[in-house]
Amino acid sequence: MNNPGPGRVYTETLIYAAPEQFVKDAPYQLTIITLDHGGRLTARISSENPRDRVQIGDQVQFAEFRDGIPFFRKS
Amino acid sequence: MRPVAVIGIGKTAFGAFPDRDLRSLAVEAGQKCLEDAHVSPSQVEAFYLGNFAGPSFVGQNHLAPYVAGGMGITGVPCTRFEAACASSGSAFFHAVSAVGAGLYDVVLVGGVEKMTSQPTPKVTEILAGAGDMCGEGRAGATFPALFAMIARRHMYQYGTTREMLAAVAVKNHANGAKNPLAHMRKVITIEQALAGKPIADPLTVYDCSLISDGAAAVLIVPFERAAEFESKPVRVLGIAQTSDQVALDQKEDITTFKAVKEAAQKAYKMAGVTANDIQFAEVHDCFTIAEIVASEDLGFCKKGDGGPYALQGCTALNGPRPLNTSGGLKAKGHPVGATGVGQICDVVMQIRGEAGDRQIERHSLGLAQNLGGSGATAVVTVLGAVA
Repeated sequence: MNNPGPGRVYTETLIYAAPEQFVKDAPYQLTIITLDHGGRLTARISSENPRDRVQIGDQVQFAEFRDGIPFFRKS
Repeated sequence: MRPVAVIGIGKTAFGAFPDRDLRSLAVEAGQKCLEDAHVSPSQVEAFYLGNFAGPSFVGQNHLAPYVAGGMGITGVPCTRFEAACASSGSAFFHAVSAVGAGLYDVVLVGGVEKMTSQPTPKVTEILAGAGDMCGEGRAGATFPALFAMIARRHMYQYGTTREMLAAVAVKNHANGAKNPLAHMRKVITIEQALAGKPIADPLTVYDCSLISDGAAAVLIVPFERAAEFESKPVRVLGIAQTSDQVALDQKEDITTFKAVKEAAQKAYKMAGVTANDIQFAEVHDCFTIAEIVASEDLGFCKKGDGGPYALQGCTALNGPRPLNTSGGLKAKGHPVGATGVGQICDVVMQIRGEAGDRQIERHSLGLAQNLGGSGATAVVTVLGAVA
């Protein structure tokens, strides 16, 4: 999988009620990122620390893929 | 296309019914509908059934002939339609199209879902399958999360507030309390709604529709034949089904459902009406934000004004344009596959003047809006009294 590059938070939510396979991760932040290279991507925020959560408009950079899921962090 | 009329409606109560199976619910709704229409099973020429996930929820496939057989209907085409939460709206659209085209005269349309036999995390996972499981679903999106992201963006672009979302829940609970078939007949306050358990920020449990069991059915015939039957006909004046991308991240502006706007425009044109003419509507409030967006997309208020429109009471039972007089998906319940046809039943009840404690005064022209997923399927139907 290719590095999607940096982007900006288009929207976000903090999920408390997770689907069965992600119950252990909750609460976790899910976002839609507008990528600098064009297009949008649904991605998670890499840190579970509440102070690293992102808001609409924040610039973010790609962190890693975990089990095929793209994770980003605040720039 | 030949004009079509609804001559029968039937619904089960919506709720959690551990002792009821999928077929018994669907059969109960179908039989009530046939009785209401004064039609016998042998007169039914085709059966259309909306169901989202019977195979996942209860392990049953081949649902349409299975349900029809339970009503004594055999020897005719019986087909299941799946379009997420718009499954039975889609079944209704295709049934109306077939009768309109002259393929059949007497058609039964049902919708059913049996959801409460699974624990909530499993239900959440099954519902997530209405999204893109290679993208948003794989990343851990739930349906509340997708609508929470829509709400966040709507708040950011238009200044919509938590209180405006809560106003939708309070109003729909008040209406549901007056509906004997509603899942939750409990009045709530705005304070309660705001203090609800968080599900996906900014949505709390009070912003989310209910996980319900239930079924609904309607019987349609060509309008020219409606007088032959003993029941009170209601005209299908306009109907349209449209589509959009499944994944939320593939939509340019997530604060609007393009498919709903397009379906509404087509249905209004077919009916020869404008949004202004619509006196009341059942809209798809799977989440409170969805009712706010629907009021904008259907043209009841300006883009971005859906929040204040709800907060100011414009959509209340005694307001200028009541929305979800049944209690909506929020309080009436949301047995996914039954919802679209259930909405048609609720609009027909108002038009017939049979809505009891929640009967409104201006009730000759109503609308039903059924949404699948985060907007990939939309069905809009305009129904009117026979002049």
